[in-house]
Amino acid sequence: MKEKLQQIREDATRQIQESDGLGKLNEVRVNVLGKKGELTQMMKNMKNLSAEERPAFGQMVNETRQAIEALLDETKKKLEAAELDLQLKKEVIDVTLPAKKHHVGHSHPNTLAVEEVERIFIGMGYEIMDGPEIEYDYYNFEALNIPPNHPAKDEQDTFYVNDKIVLRTQTSPIQIHAMEQGKLPLRMLAPGRVFRSDEVDATHSPSFHQIEGLVVDRGVTFSDLKGTLEEFAKKMFGEETKVKFRPHHFPFTEPSAEMDVSCFKCGGKGCRFCKGSGWIEILGCGMVHPNVLEKCNIDTEEYSGFAFGMGLERIALLKYEIDDMRLLYENDDRFLKQF
Amino acid sequence: MNTSLEWIKEYVPELEVTAQEYVDAMTLSGTKVEGYECIGEDLDKVVVGQILKIEKHPDADKLVVCQVDIGKDAPIQIVTGAPNVKEMDKVPVVLSGGKVAGNHDGERVKGGVQITSGKLRGVPSEGMMCSIEELGSSREMYPEAPEYGIFIFGQDVKVGEDVAKVLGLDDIVVEYEVTSNRVDCFAVIGIAREAAATFGKEFHYPEIKATGNDEKAKDYISVSIENEELCSRYVARVVKNVKIGPSPVWMQRRLASVGIRPINNIVDITNYVMEEFGQPMHAYDISTIEDNKIVVKTAKAGDKFTTLDGQERTLDDKTLMICDGKKPIGIAGIMGGENSMITENVQTVLFEAACFDGTNIRLSSKKLGMRTDASGKFEKGLDPNQAMLAINRCCQFMEEFGAGEVVGGCVDVYPGVREGNRVVLEPGKINQLLGTDISKEDMIDYLARVDLTYDDNTGEIVVPSWRQDIHVMADLAEEVVRFYGYDKIPTTLPSGRSTTGGKSKKMIVEENARVTAHYNGFSQAMTYSFESPKVFDKLRIPKDSKLRKAVTILNPLGEDFSIMRTVSLNGMLTSLSTNYNRRNKDVRLFELGNVYLPKQLPLTELPEERMRMTLGMYGAGDFFELKGVVEDILSECGVKKKVEFVPKADILYFHPGRCAEVYLNGVKLAELGQIHPLVAANYDIKEKVYIAVIDILNLVECSNYDYKFEEIPKYPAVNRDLSMMCSKGILAGEIENCIRENAGEHLENLELFDVYEGTQIAAGYKSLAYSLSFRAKDKTMEEEEITQIMNRIIKALAKMNVELRQ
Repeated sequence: MKEKLQQIREDATRQIQESDGLGKLNEVRVNVLGKKGELTQMMKNMKNLSAEERPAFGQMVNETRQAIEALLDETKKKLEAAELDLQLKKEVIDVTLPAKKHHVGHSHPNTLAVEEVERIFIGMGYEIMDGPEIEYDYYNFEALNIPPNHPAKDEQDTFYVNDKIVLRTQTSPIQIHAMEQGKLPLRMLAPGRVFRSDEVDATHSPSFHQIEGLVVDRGVTFSDLKGTLEEFAKKMFGEETKVKFRPHHFPFTEPSAEMDVSCFKCGGKGCRFCKGSGWIEILGCGMVHPNVLEKCNIDTEEYSGFAFGMGLERIALLKYEIDDMRLLYENDDRFLKQF
Repeated sequence: MNTSLEWIKEYVPELEVTAQEYVDAMTLSGTKVEGYECIGEDLDKVVVGQILKIEKHPDADKLVVCQVDIGKDAPIQIVTGAPNVKEMDKVPVVLSGGKVAGNHDGERVKGGVQITSGKLRGVPSEGMMCSIEELGSSREMYPEAPEYGIFIFGQDVKVGEDVAKVLGLDDIVVEYEVTSNRVDCFAVIGIAREAAATFGKEFHYPEIKATGNDEKAKDYISVSIENEELCSRYVARVVKNVKIGPSPVWMQRRLASVGIRPINNIVDITNYVMEEFGQPMHAYDISTIEDNKIVVKTAKAGDKFTTLDGQERTLDDKTLMICDGKKPIGIAGIMGGENSMITENVQTVLFEAACFDGTNIRLSSKKLGMRTDASGKFEKGLDPNQAMLAINRCCQFMEEFGAGEVVGGCVDVYPGVREGNRVVLEPGKINQLLGTDISKEDMIDYLARVDLTYDDNTGEIVVPSWRQDIHVMADLAEEVVRFYGYDKIPTTLPSGRSTTGGKSKKMIVEENARVTAHYNGFSQAMTYSFESPKVFDKLRIPKDSKLRKAVTILNPLGEDFSIMRTVSLNGMLTSLSTNYNRRNKDVRLFELGNVYLPKQLPLTELPEERMRMTLGMYGAGDFFELKGVVEDILSECGVKKKVEFVPKADILYFHPGRCAEVYLNGVKLAELGQIHPLVAANYDIKEKVYIAVIDILNLVECSNYDYKFEEIPKYPAVNRDLSMMCSKGILAGEIENCIRENAGEHLENLELFDVYEGTQIAAGYKSLAYSLSFRAKDKTMEEEEITQIMNRIIKALAKMNVELRQ
């Protein structure tokens, strides 16, 4: 019996080692350990032994069984690993083949630029506002300290609907609407479409966009205006950007200024973008004229404010190096896809 | 406004700056420089030479060989083809290696043209003699230059001298952008005053000498003003025994430097004084003035008048005229009349220096379509106090140049003398506005630089009459800070109460709509808000449609930009058409823009502006793909309920069988469809075009971003498929509504998975197959319950003549 057991063990070991697949291995398991397997058969034969012999023999059968099972498990793991290895090898793909694309649409460059400006000012507590594009003469001019027959009305080449209603020539009337609401302090940013009767060419369009900003509070100073716009310029055009304020004239601010930024293409050395000067004119600004505050029933003894306005297209054209404004309104897919 | 630096230095003699220093500092103190030019920059090694000898060229008939003294030890040899030179002439000579500013054809060449020595037909030539054009200027500016040939100097110039200096071409001409509030800076003395203040130098006002004989001007002429509101002052002076001739070279040079062509002494003097003081002047031949009087009054509507350029003009009753006792002799402030103009035979001249209302001049010159140098100055609104200074300056030149005998006295009608403003100086408030700490003394000093003087007794700043832009404290603050330096103002951030900031709900909805459109492959377009009234026909909009009632622009750029759009389709279709014509494939665009809907016409109140999102595509994709995009956008914009797609056959720009309106609880959120082939053809697009238009304002009303968590189901779903057949006329939407109505609350999902029309089923019929999935929140649903629901659905469908397919 003992020899038989030894024989079974040796045979099984050999068969297991010779197995070249999980199927073969399972055959061995069934042949040896299955219900009709050799080892199971040996257990059944135990009844022929004497009561004294049985325990020792049972232990031997169990030992044999455990040894075979251990070997089976070990071999199974090896074979499984080999099989997975084989499968992974078969599944190799060429990862440099082109991607399967879902086509995503693109933002208009104006929108890219306006979103960047909005993000900066929202971070500083500004509320984004809008107003009517077809506007009363009063809001577009008179309330902004531009009286009837003022030459500025000619300068801005206004489209008229009638003598009281115009296509707004600037986003500044939104300032007036905002101040008339009477909620102070006020920090607002108003991007919007404006109209002037300029013929279409590479740098002009009868319809374009401005972004207007306004702050009204107690004790607002010109130095606050400078600080705010310098912060904006650094965030918009890079931390190393320098700003320069030059005196200028707008009817609705006093003192007024224009702000130049150091050219963000050449860093101020002079290039074709800044026409060699190292500076790029970006916006107009100033302290809100007391006449404007008074028209909106704001007490100029208590409150002061600053305002600024910039041309959105100008910023988009400069920032994205677009050389012809007409491209912005043609909507050629090959243009839009670049943004 | 242009000035030459040399002219500025006449009033600010201590000014010693380079051109760059000058323009930088002037710009930073508020007189913005647009640019500057120096013709002489492109001239190099150009000197005065004297031709000592001229000999024939041995091999060329048209060339001569000259020996030219250039002030060096030995003369140089120059071969020239110029016909106008003779021995002993003094001429400009560019030496070998030097540069001239223009080419032979008289065109300026940026950077100059290099000249080197060489041989002309075998004879060595060591330089070139120059024409005025080669020196960078023209006969317009240097009338003494010959029409063709070499410029020839007077004998008084020194051989060897720098030609740029001799001709004044080394001067720097600066162009300024003067803002509309600084009327005083449309004059050389105004700019000079700013220059003196900017550099802290003394400003020397021109010395105006008294002139006039023992006669009295009022014996020659009387003046009356009928419209005082349009003419605040009229000054007249008389000069007799006039001798017309050229003005002195220095005056010609100065005029030439700012681009004014020298003509004769009278014209040059009036032009010079206009530039110097900003005060336009006019000269009349007094013999043409009837009744010895000048009357300033408005014309009668429809009057005709011939101006000195020979053009007949039609006037209206707002046009201010200068008249004599019988007839008009000039359009005030714009142009004189042909009937009173100065001719060579003039004996006695009447000079006029007046002040007319700027707005009236501007409107008249616009109506007449004639903008002259004079009207350009007047329309800014001049200071009447300048008129007397200017006319006296003019008479001074007449006398100095020996151009005539100035008659004593003047006739001055000046009904309301203009005084300067007074503004209280409040240094504390100025510092508070600026965020600075400038002392009162410094403020007074800065203000004094531009003649804003401090009155110690009243604490006020006395504003001179030429500064009509200073009224309040903020104006003084600007004057102070201009010279203090904007760059010295500290930079701070507002320190007041904080604000939250952010965007309105409408803006957030627009942003989400935009992002969702991008995910679906749509790029953002922008088109104009105004368009042609012809688009209504192009879009097949019915003649009686209220969409044709559009806001019209009174002064459009042309018919194509004359109405404000009431529908957003034209811009989109035009953009798609552009892409189609450029052979761009599979284009998808969207636009967010307003349409303008008048409440009534003509407009008495502002029109309603409705923001529309317009999506357009051609190429890949169909109606259902666009429908999916619309559903995505609505859902991402906070529309949680199922919207209804209602077929529409009467939107004429859409295909009658392929368009729908989208509703939620009766509110129209959108419309979409295939563009009618006739409309597509109007835009030259030969493919199927799909458009959807979403009304953002209605969408905002239906939008709700309030999300609530629903528990993830614990119990399994039960699935059933339903395959059915019905007449083609029955809409899938109706079938779905029927299923939903009868399925009860446990229907979790209803999905169409097959539609078939064709040979397998009867003509006029279609087959549809839906998959239904049921789930209860609190239990596993029993077979029996599901069967009951399904039977209910099948029965209801049968009532609609929808049969079950086995």
